[in-house]
Amino acid sequence: MITTDILIIGAGPTGLFAVFEAGLLQLKCHLIDALPQAGGQCSEIYPKKPIYDIPGFPEILAGDLVDNLMEQIKSFAPGFTLGERAQTIKKEDDGSFIVTTNKGTKHQAPIVAIAGGLGSFEPRKPLLDNLKKYEDNGIDYIIKDPEVYRDKKVLIAGGGDSALDWSIFLADVASEVILVHRRKEFRGALDSVEKVQSLKNQGKIRLITPAEVTALEGDEKLEAVTIRKKTTAVEDIRIAVDHFIPLFGLSPKLGPIADWGLEIEKNAIKVNTFDYQTNVPGIYAIGDVNTYPGKLKLILCGFHEATLMCQSAYQRIYPDKRYVMKYTTVGGVTGFDGSKKEAPKAVVKAID
Amino acid sequence: MDIKLKITDREGFIHEIDAPTDMNMNLMEVVRSYELAPEGTIGICGGMAMCASCQCYVKSNHKLPEKSDDEEAMLAEAFYVEDNSRLGCQIHMTEDLDGLEVELAPES
Repeated sequence: MITTDILIIGAGPTGLFAVFEAGLLQLKCHLIDALPQAGGQCSEIYPKKPIYDIPGFPEILAGDLVDNLMEQIKSFAPGFTLGERAQTIKKEDDGSFIVTTNKGTKHQAPIVAIAGGLGSFEPRKPLLDNLKKYEDNGIDYIIKDPEVYRDKKVLIAGGGDSALDWSIFLADVASEVILVHRRKEFRGALDSVEKVQSLKNQGKIRLITPAEVTALEGDEKLEAVTIRKKTTAVEDIRIAVDHFIPLFGLSPKLGPIADWGLEIEKNAIKVNTFDYQTNVPGIYAIGDVNTYPGKLKLILCGFHEATLMCQSAYQRIYPDKRYVMKYTTVGGVTGFDGSKKEAPKAVVKAID
Repeated sequence: MDIKLKITDREGFIHEIDAPTDMNMNLMEVVRSYELAPEGTIGICGGMAMCASCQCYVKSNHKLPEKSDDEEAMLAEAFYVEDNSRLGCQIHMTEDLDGLEVELAPES
């Protein structure tokens, strides 16, 4: 069991900044995120895009913003459960909550802050008959252990970085790699595109474009797929495969959080604007995942919400303690790792 | 000036709406401003041509701006794509789009 003061669901910019504000109040945080890395949408969807409305940053790349936030919260030593989706929540007799992920990892905290953005990112699935039948039975949306594909015949579909990168990687592992994409053009890093071109020339990757998988077959498990080539003369090809890996990107879904008994409106969690608490005391929602009159889905609004949420969380955890907010310029930042950052003392010296 | 648009939502209802051309809005934003699709199901990436949640089918013969590389690439990975598919976020409201007719593609 992982225990902490504030359990944050979602490691996007809002969740990360909440760690800082909590840290100033000496509250420890642990974050859960379905993605394998921190940063949420900023890392997953648009790391190379500039953002112009972060106060104090005339222009900053989304990926750099995440790097900066990680640096800012480092001394507060947050814990991370990455690549797992928060699945269930249970209230204990002492008022604390236990949140369990889809992989069974349990977390206990008196405060839960949902900073889930648009939800957890789920793989986008192709529209094919019998798809469900072959899931985890020849069809994988996420590659967990590349060794599974050792000496197997693998078909990858998609035109982005992940399709290119896994085709390159598996070319040395699988007995055969077939890459199918609807267009001849791929959207990926230039060196990945060039690498696939060279592996194709060496006969290590079989490229089928413009084309798409249109049918699946197999008794118990996936045995073959039908590929439709979209050239002038449409032709169908049947190819025997052991694995089919569709890599069509990820799309966010509110997911299991929708069943936590929280008031939901317009695919978002309703909160009050006093402390961003939900209808369940002790559960807060901050950032893009919440809604209230006048809500704007902006990173800077998420930062503000995270800050007020932490003050309220502190009062909930320590109802008898008196506390006044202290400026970091005055109080400095004392990390849980013993580090201390503070303003240099002014020099007082007489001038003769 | 405002232009008239005819938008068929995902339930098949037709909405005839006015869209401003002087507020730097695109079709996805107009659809959201009228709440023709539930929040959270359209414009997920915010308008960066990176999610295809605003995909629509263009029904009228208006001359639209050419697709950018980003839009082409996104449509190549989206589902329910037809020859007349476009991303709403890449269609900016201009006066020559008066009378534009589109249908929102299914959620995926």
